[in-house]
Amino acid sequence: MKILTKNMHVPNLREIGVYESLGGYQGLRKSLRDCKPNDIIEIVKKSGLRGRGGAGFPTGVKWGFVPKNTGKPIYLCVNADESEPGTFKDRLVIEKDPHLLLEGTIISAYALDCHLAFIYIRGEFSYGATVLEKAIEEAYSKGYLGKNILGSGYDLDLILHRGAGAYICGEETALLESLEGKRGHPRLKPPFPAVVGLYRCPTVINNVETLANVPHIINNGPEWYAAIGVERNTGTRLYAVSGHVNKPGVYELPMTVTLRELIYDHCGGIRNGRRLKAVIPGGSSVPILTADRVDTRMDYDSVAKAGSMLGSAGVVVMDESTCMVKAVRRITRFYAEESCGQCTQCREGTEWLYQILTRIEHGRGRAGELEILLDLCTQMKGRTICPLSDAAAMPVESYIKSFYDEFAAHITQQRCVILPAA
Amino acid sequence: MLSEATRQKIDALIRKYPHPRSALIPALWLAQQEAGYLCPEAIRDVAEIFKLPTNEVYEVASFYTMLYKKPVGKYVIQVCTNISCLLCNCEEIMAHLENRLGIGPGETTSDKRFTLMETECLASCGTAPVAQINEDYYESLTPEKLDRILDSMK
Repeated sequence: MKILTKNMHVPNLREIGVYESLGGYQGLRKSLRDCKPNDIIEIVKKSGLRGRGGAGFPTGVKWGFVPKNTGKPIYLCVNADESEPGTFKDRLVIEKDPHLLLEGTIISAYALDCHLAFIYIRGEFSYGATVLEKAIEEAYSKGYLGKNILGSGYDLDLILHRGAGAYICGEETALLESLEGKRGHPRLKPPFPAVVGLYRCPTVINNVETLANVPHIINNGPEWYAAIGVERNTGTRLYAVSGHVNKPGVYELPMTVTLRELIYDHCGGIRNGRRLKAVIPGGSSVPILTADRVDTRMDYDSVAKAGSMLGSAGVVVMDESTCMVKAVRRITRFYAEESCGQCTQCREGTEWLYQILTRIEHGRGRAGELEILLDLCTQMKGRTICPLSDAAAMPVESYIKSFYDEFAAHITQQRCVILPAA
Repeated sequence: MLSEATRQKIDALIRKYPHPRSALIPALWLAQQEAGYLCPEAIRDVAEIFKLPTNEVYEVASFYTMLYKKPVGKYVIQVCTNISCLLCNCEEIMAHLENRLGIGPGETTSDKRFTLMETECLASCGTAPVAQINEDYYESLTPEKLDRILDSMK
């Protein structure tokens, strides 16, 4: 079952003519012709579409939070800041099928009564920015953007805005700060961006993959979409699989697929005939799943039940040769590097975690340090402006709990017990 | 001093946004293109254009890793060493580069051709290990492949 990636084999799909020849922009035509903005919000609610960025919040419900008639403009920001380690699915949509993203953005903007939308793309995606820039130009020249779109009387402008290298700008309020020309410091919530967002106006921030689903939902109806997958977990996901598998890549599958099927049927199993040790199911910030969880269904609720999160569906597979201390130390370094520094628990905590994990990995760990790490994680969770502190603490906590003996052996034997000595 | 062409581009950017300040980071990108990094004069000029204190513009620039506050080589090699690349031998790639270039991460070769950096996830994990050299991605790297790439960069 392919929806978002079904045309990606078509050469020159990036060109607007090719996209149109495959039914492109029909969803927009239909929306402007047959639907009032509120009808689209209802359709998306009915489809069950949940955000593909990480939090999994129902998209239509999010749109419904935007207050109408405040006299202020309403903004839509497309979050194309894909930066969660292990995640590489939005980049695929941006680079291969940019008009799908644009069509989804225009329909969604219409639903929100928004007349100026932004795509915030991470600075590293230079090629993606070039592709989108050209696609936006084409869409303007064909009358899908600009004044009086397709004769409907609806106006929309779209600005592509390039970030400059900062993971935290994927957090929605940091994204808004960055878009306002400031440091990417997350804002306290509430107020939520739906009420006080960009330039203190009502704002919706949606992920690339989320919006790419919208044209298909409009074309085929919410019932069709809701019938894919399982209840509360409708539609497909773009699973981005990396690490120790034979065929890494992005796999679009309904959320009925199990981790076992994903790894062994779709990705060709584990490299070099090794055994599976652990899997990150949704980007580097989520708790690790041990190999015995391989029959978990890869939907939001089942992964949560297994003790982790589907997050961004960036699936990182680790085989038996992986040292869990080394793996989580690297992940921790990332969060220490990317902490914006506003909150003490996060700024100091991420650095402490990293220092202690470095000692343990280098054979200088001290007795009691695992308990110190776990205590630190408790102190870091749920006490900061944004979730980065939790994102740093969750892996450390779960790796230690799931592989306690391995961590403890690193300390008692004062060396790595997994990797061969260098 | 920023060139007249860059100033005009920045003016056009400012007009594009509902609030001029939103054009600040795009303007810093443009300013960086002039000298290859944001020299103090460029930051001062941008601050003047936006009618902001120089320190405030520097404060913004310092938050973003792709805005360089000190000179870099002609080719900036950024090797991803995050989790997926770590599982796929990025350490070998990094060690090979350090050997070949004779520099460590954060350093520039004495002929000013190459700057080597470790970077965070580039969202190219399915083709790990990966590096970004200036604007372009180089994927599924091996030491041999890297040698061919660097040989072609004069």
